Amino acid sequence: MNTPAVLVQDLHKHYGDKHAVDGLDLRVEQGEIFAVLGPNGAGKTTTVEILEGYRKRDRGTVQVLGEDPQHAGRLWRSRIGIVLQSADDHAELTVSEMVRHHAAFYPGARDADEVIDAVGLADKARTRTRALSGGQRRRLDVALGIIGNPSLLFLDEPTTGFDPEARRSFWSLISSLREDGTTILLTTHYMDEAEQLADRCAVVRDGRVVALDAPSALGARAQKQATVTWHDGGPREQRTSRPTDLVAELAARYGGEVPGLEVHRPTLEDVYLELVGEVA
Amino acid sequence: MSTTIAPVEVGTGSLAGSARRALPSTPALALARTRIELRQFFRERMAVIFIFAYPILMLAIFATVFGQDGTTVGPEPGIPFAQYFLPGMVATGILLSSFQNLAMGIAVERDEGGLKRLRGTPMPASAYFLGKVGSVLVTSLIQMVLLIGIAALAFGVDLPTEASRWVTFAWVFVLGTAAGAVCGVAFSSVPRSGRSASAIVTPIVLVLQFISGVFFQFDQLPSWMQTLSGLFPLRWMAQGMRSVFLPDWAMQLEPSGAWQHGTTAAVLGAYLVIGLVVGVRTFRWRRRDDG
Repeated sequence: MNTPAVLVQDLHKHYGDKHAVDGLDLRVEQGEIFAVLGPNGAGKTTTVEILEGYRKRDRGTVQVLGEDPQHAGRLWRSRIGIVLQSADDHAELTVSEMVRHHAAFYPGARDADEVIDAVGLADKARTRTRALSGGQRRRLDVALGIIGNPSLLFLDEPTTGFDPEARRSFWSLISSLREDGTTILLTTHYMDEAEQLADRCAVVRDGRVVALDAPSALGARAQKQATVTWHDGGPREQRTSRPTDLVAELAARYGGEVPGLEVHRPTLEDVYLELVGEVA
Repeated sequence: MSTTIAPVEVGTGSLAGSARRALPSTPALALARTRIELRQFFRERMAVIFIFAYPILMLAIFATVFGQDGTTVGPEPGIPFAQYFLPGMVATGILLSSFQNLAMGIAVERDEGGLKRLRGTPMPASAYFLGKVGSVLVTSLIQMVLLIGIAALAFGVDLPTEASRWVTFAWVFVLGTAAGAVCGVAFSSVPRSGRSASAIVTPIVLVLQFISGVFFQFDQLPSWMQTLSGLFPLRWMAQGMRSVFLPDWAMQLEPSGAWQHGTTAAVLGAYLVIGLVVGVRTFRWRRRDDG
């Protein structure tokens, strides 16, 4: 029987009157890539930082790799890897020095050169970190996150501010970690990122999980509803779960070509916006 | 990546632990931190100039400008200017490489997210602080050797030969560095951001230098200033170092007419204890706006 990598039940965290996390449940299985999606302020980062042991919860139970992060020790820390939202520390050290230094913190760390190679920084190994581009710096952050050979890797909004090409190559880096059996918990506010990477994703709103499924299933659920638009003096629109019937009916009504006919199925982005949009 | 990892046995922390090698020891990590801190420090050119080379440059400038034509301090036979100036620069050097270095450096590290990242690794907090202490000790020692060496070789300052004076030097140096370091750690939580750190720390250090008689003859400062400076460690470090590098008759130039080693030790010791308590209680690994 498999114990989950992360198990969260009825998690609460308040800041004054604000309920940042308000009864959140989460279960991440070993070896899966799990995305936590949600707009800014939905409670993603607070939740993840509780799982990482940075913050204390007010209520609820949290198990990460079988231990309570609030009381877990160095051995537990050596089994998780954390890639924070932003860091530009140690600017004067080279990539190689940084990775080697972090390797010394862990029992059974990975080989530094292999890790540098895996994140695609082999030709930057002797470059000082301040000279790295944003995308390269992020790759270094990932290298530092995985150098300890973690069972569970946390990635907090890893591609914010990336150009499309950098995102794509970053995604293939993360996918390659899956093959090593690393469990990855990723937060993002990009739906396409979850779609590319995640086996399952949870949509978080107001500190609670409002939807939980595989990204494709999440889309399929809403794709039952299609929107048919056409022109009849002005623009006309109708939502239906049987668009073919509607189009056939329209075709009959207009005796052939329907003016300006379009049939839309919601994209994953639309599904996501609908899920989190009600808050606005 | 070529490494393949077997799925982890979750929920059996001890089992998973024994399958791996033991955690690296704290002394080994403290040494690794010391090394990386030093490497980092000596690569930051501005920090090296303002913290490390500043007292050496000041000694060179002041001794050259004020020491010409054999100017001396005090009644006949007088103390050559460079010799009178050296103890103040020694004390300043200790304050800069311990207090200013850490107060600014840690504030910047916190701001850049470096502290938060380290907190998320299995490196124990004690290794981080020991690494700071180690790097401060090494930089201050190198600084002392260069400063005193240049004073002796380039400005002809006679160095003390009695062992007892070097014993005094050793304890004032160690106690002053330790007190400065823990106060620097404690003070690093005061600036709101790394950028404002130098704007807050530099004036404090500068004012301390003026009122503690580092730039001027201490006995010529207004008496209220002498009293005020008595509340801060720099004045006592400077006085302690004067007792090392100046002839014993020069103690009549001190406000109390004595070297006051007991008071020096007590004040520096008090700062060490207070800094430690405050530092441990208020240290933040994350930025202030990070909750």
